[in-house]
Amino acid sequence: MTITKAKLVEALFDEVGFNKREAKELIDQFFEEIRLSLEQGEVVKISGFGSFLLRDKSSRPGRNPKTGEEVPISARRVVTFRASQKLKSKIARNSEALEKQFSE
Amino acid sequence: MSDKDQDNTRSVAKSGIVSRLTQKQTQLTEEDVEMAVNTILDNMVDGLVSGERVEIRGFGSLSLHFRPPRVGRNPKTGEQVEVSAKYVPHFKPGNELKHRVDYV
Repeated sequence: MTITKAKLVEALFDEVGFNKREAKELIDQFFEEIRLSLEQGEVVKISGFGSFLLRDKSSRPGRNPKTGEEVPISARRVVTFRASQKLKSKIARNSEALEKQFSE
Repeated sequence: MSDKDQDNTRSVAKSGIVSRLTQKQTQLTEEDVEMAVNTILDNMVDGLVSGERVEIRGFGSLSLHFRPPRVGRNPKTGEQVEVSAKYVPHFKPGNELKHRVDYV
């Protein structure tokens, strides 16, 4: 099972009473707002969930794994996620069930 | 609301995202938006905690990665400690987010 936008639309419909069109719009706007912040160099910190952070990576030598040829990897900015302590401990508390589930 | 961290990185919290989202609404109040954002996040957290993957096209995906047990060390005392196996959340940025954040 995967949580997708469609699932979130259902949740807003069932739990908050939004109609499906409103729900879809708001979900799109929410993720767009986070993208806008990050795009403008602003990190996003969501309490109880985690932070979307930015990292500037300097250029480094890379290699084409198929041909072995050396190709430089240019400097870039990437997004990283740091889970909040609260999210981490919720996962930790469920680790037994998770281990069972993933070993099946 | 934006604030300045010590390292001069601008950041926005959930409340800031909610108020920016509210400004873009014609029908929904700030309370509606806040409830919706909380519902979105709660559903993402619940999914993740129960081992589901969260996948938002154009934004990214969140899933759990397994960390096998290991023997670690208390950095202060040098004492050996057993660290049990655990699951940690991992975020993989989607293509749109990746490209918009990177300097072109």
